[in-house]
Amino acid sequence: MSDPKETVDTIDSLDPAIRDNVIFSTLDKLFAWARQGSPWPITFGLACCAIEMMATGASRFDLDRLGVFFRPSPRQSDVMIVSGTVTMKMAPLLRRLYEQMAEPKYVISMGSCANSGGPYWQFGYHVLKGVDQIVPVDVYVPGCPPRPEALIQGIYELKEKIKKERILSKKGK
Amino acid sequence: MEAKDIHQKLKDKFQDAILDFNEEVLQPYIVVAADKVDEIAEFLRDDDDLQFDYLNSLSSLDLGENLGVVYHLYSMSKDHKIVIKTEVPKDKPDVKTVSHIWRTADWHEREAYDLMGINFVNHPDLRRILLPDDWEGHPLRKDYVPQKSWHGIPTTLKGETEDDEQQ
Repeated sequence: MSDPKETVDTIDSLDPAIRDNVIFSTLDKLFAWARQGSPWPITFGLACCAIEMMATGASRFDLDRLGVFFRPSPRQSDVMIVSGTVTMKMAPLLRRLYEQMAEPKYVISMGSCANSGGPYWQFGYHVLKGVDQIVPVDVYVPGCPPRPEALIQGIYELKEKIKKERILSKKGK
Repeated sequence: MEAKDIHQKLKDKFQDAILDFNEEVLQPYIVVAADKVDEIAEFLRDDDDLQFDYLNSLSSLDLGENLGVVYHLYSMSKDHKIVIKTEVPKDKPDVKTVSHIWRTADWHEREAYDLMGINFVNHPDLRRILLPDDWEGHPLRKDYVPQKSWHGIPTTLKGETEDDEQQ
């Protein structure tokens, strides 16, 4: 084993152009870091939560600064923000939009209705009791409706989740 | 025109089809026979003294034995209004359509059919308007029991269904 002090000396002795610009990492981590950068959600709103989602996207909370841009097509989207009450009649359409999205794809369930049926949990015969019954959900954002800050935290949680994914080492298993 | 004058005019024209009249309430109403609704509606719209050119709303209600349909009418030119009511038995809920008289009634009648199960005779397109086409039953009826699932999607929370089974 070499002396740690000596190692420091070695790094310091490197040409600054190399020392300040070279980073060692694994390709896996690099991919994960690149993928979490800008999750693009599909433009898709269902109820009052969608109003909060629009407010989150607009200038005061400004989702653009997080690299989040709403896309008009499921083909260009990475994440679906299910913002609002999912009625039975809407459920097949929501599922189809999810299936039209390209992999890798993520789902943020926004608000009580999308999480578990919300105020319609008991007598709402026409409301889906949680969007997780038809699509896999990555992040649940509670609230009725959630404040824009809560949705932003949901997006950050999703980013953390994507950061921890390892696509190459998963392949090797 | 006052409510009692409107009632008198209808009574003179349709006699037995006009069943009841009440002007003691905030919105005076006339109860009419369900199979004459279309004729009465046409008269209400086209008569020179009445001119009910606007249908405010068409609503339906469950009265236990019977189902009711309520028409809120207003005349833009005469600035008077009236409420028309009709009742039909639950096992044969046939009411004549007024969709050809007031276009508004088209979707309102579809809604009343969808949620209350009232059959509007001669309606051009009597389909469900809010619920999926293959839904079972009419949810606003007092005796409505929701279906357990729709295309494999349960209509109740998972835990709740298990509780029901235990009971």
